[in-house]
Amino acid sequence: MNIVALIEAQLTWLPAPAVVTLIIVLKILCIVVPVMGSVAYLTLAERKVIGFIQVRIGPNRVGPLGLLQPIADALKLLCKEVIVPSGSNRFLFLVAPVLALGPALAAWAVIPFDAELILADISAGLLYILALTSLGVYGIIVAGWASNSKYAFLGAMRSAAQIVSYEIPMGFALVGVLVAAGSLNLGQIVEAQRGGLGLFSWFWLPLFPLFVIYFISGVAETNRAPFDVSEGESEIVAGFHVEYAGMAFALFFLAEYANMILISGLTAVLFLGGWLSPIPGIPDGIHWFIAKTAFFLFLFLWFRATFPRYRYDQIMRLGWKIFLPITIVWIIVVSAMVVWNVPPWFAA
Amino acid sequence: MNTVISYFKSLTLWELVKGLHLTGGYLIKRKITIQYPEEKTPQSPRFRGLHALRRYPNGEERCIACKLCEAVCPALAITIESEPREDGTRRTTRYDIDLTKCIFCGFCEESCPVDSIVETRHFEYHGEQRGDLLMTKQNLLANGDRFEAQIAADRASESRYR
Repeated sequence: MNIVALIEAQLTWLPAPAVVTLIIVLKILCIVVPVMGSVAYLTLAERKVIGFIQVRIGPNRVGPLGLLQPIADALKLLCKEVIVPSGSNRFLFLVAPVLALGPALAAWAVIPFDAELILADISAGLLYILALTSLGVYGIIVAGWASNSKYAFLGAMRSAAQIVSYEIPMGFALVGVLVAAGSLNLGQIVEAQRGGLGLFSWFWLPLFPLFVIYFISGVAETNRAPFDVSEGESEIVAGFHVEYAGMAFALFFLAEYANMILISGLTAVLFLGGWLSPIPGIPDGIHWFIAKTAFFLFLFLWFRATFPRYRYDQIMRLGWKIFLPITIVWIIVVSAMVVWNVPPWFAA
Repeated sequence: MNTVISYFKSLTLWELVKGLHLTGGYLIKRKITIQYPEEKTPQSPRFRGLHALRRYPNGEERCIACKLCEAVCPALAITIESEPREDGTRRTTRYDIDLTKCIFCGFCEESCPVDSIVETRHFEYHGEQRGDLLMTKQNLLANGDRFEAQIAADRASESRYR
């Protein structure tokens, strides 16, 4: 926070509102640029991990260890033409990728990277997250409709139904966290997980079913394998983004990966104690948040390399008939634990 | 009882964890990738690659235009025309192989009574136009001259089995 004061001292000649705006824009850049960098290198990590699991070594030609591959990919997509199909709704077709990416980035505003490191420390952070992550589906629906293509439309419908279905168990999982922490503020949720037991005082243990369901719902929300029926390249070509090319396609890609990082970060904050250190002696800090997020991102990639795609009706069954009852039961269990102050997590 | 067990298994994601365990094992296995231009896989002396027409050591072309290869070719990739030469021997005036049709089955090589048409070990060739892959008699003879040492060595090492 000293840096902020330093910049403010340098800018005294500007009117106060301009300084505030400038500081906020700078802070936003400080989040968006690393997120975008992570997205770029997540694509490389994905190809490497999947390659390794398939006993290959993955991309290694562009730069040492293939480290310049994401840059080459980005350059290629930038140089490509954005083709707008003649039967499409031009305005919506071009607005859809932005609608997909916007919420994926906006949600980062309330993520606490460290005790002090947070862009908008709002009291209802959890609600904000829930609202924004559900907004992302509009990009997909609009893209599928505006393309005026059968496959795109089918993909959009699948995606809409799937996201609506998984939003509910996800919401209930968040309710469980809310009950356990007694706060909607993400920073306070992390602080509520601080306890004498190190990593066993975090919420993943008392809320274990909710933790698993939250992460699986997160995988479904981001349309990742094994829940990628909205893309389903073997069934409906590429689903909602079949008509997209060039940078418009890249925006969907960015949104998907930004959402993956977001879900991983959120799981780390809500269930694995965010920036808290699991080992006594090593200080808390942003490195723990990054390490936990990276762990969940690796799980995303591992899942993709392992599981075949769920059939569409199986996805619906899992969401409505399994996750929903389990979350409801566990919310009751958690509430009981909180009311009766069950040690060690909820001791009064 | 079985129902209970399967219920328990699906609740604990048992099969999914088993799958993850399996793929996780492959994650740390030694990689089998061959980095092609720098590393190459070993090649059999019977490798069937680019075609060539051979000559006898005195420079005379071996082909006697019997057209067995043309007849046996399952992809109809070979076209042969022949005429008697001044010295009375029958020789080809045209010997074309359409490499875009060829399936590299090696039947032409096996059918040849004089070991004239052969498939070399060379496989790293390309054409920039479609016509580049239509081999003529001149091209094939040139291939033969270029790879004769290798061709002869491979035929010699495999002679026991031919």
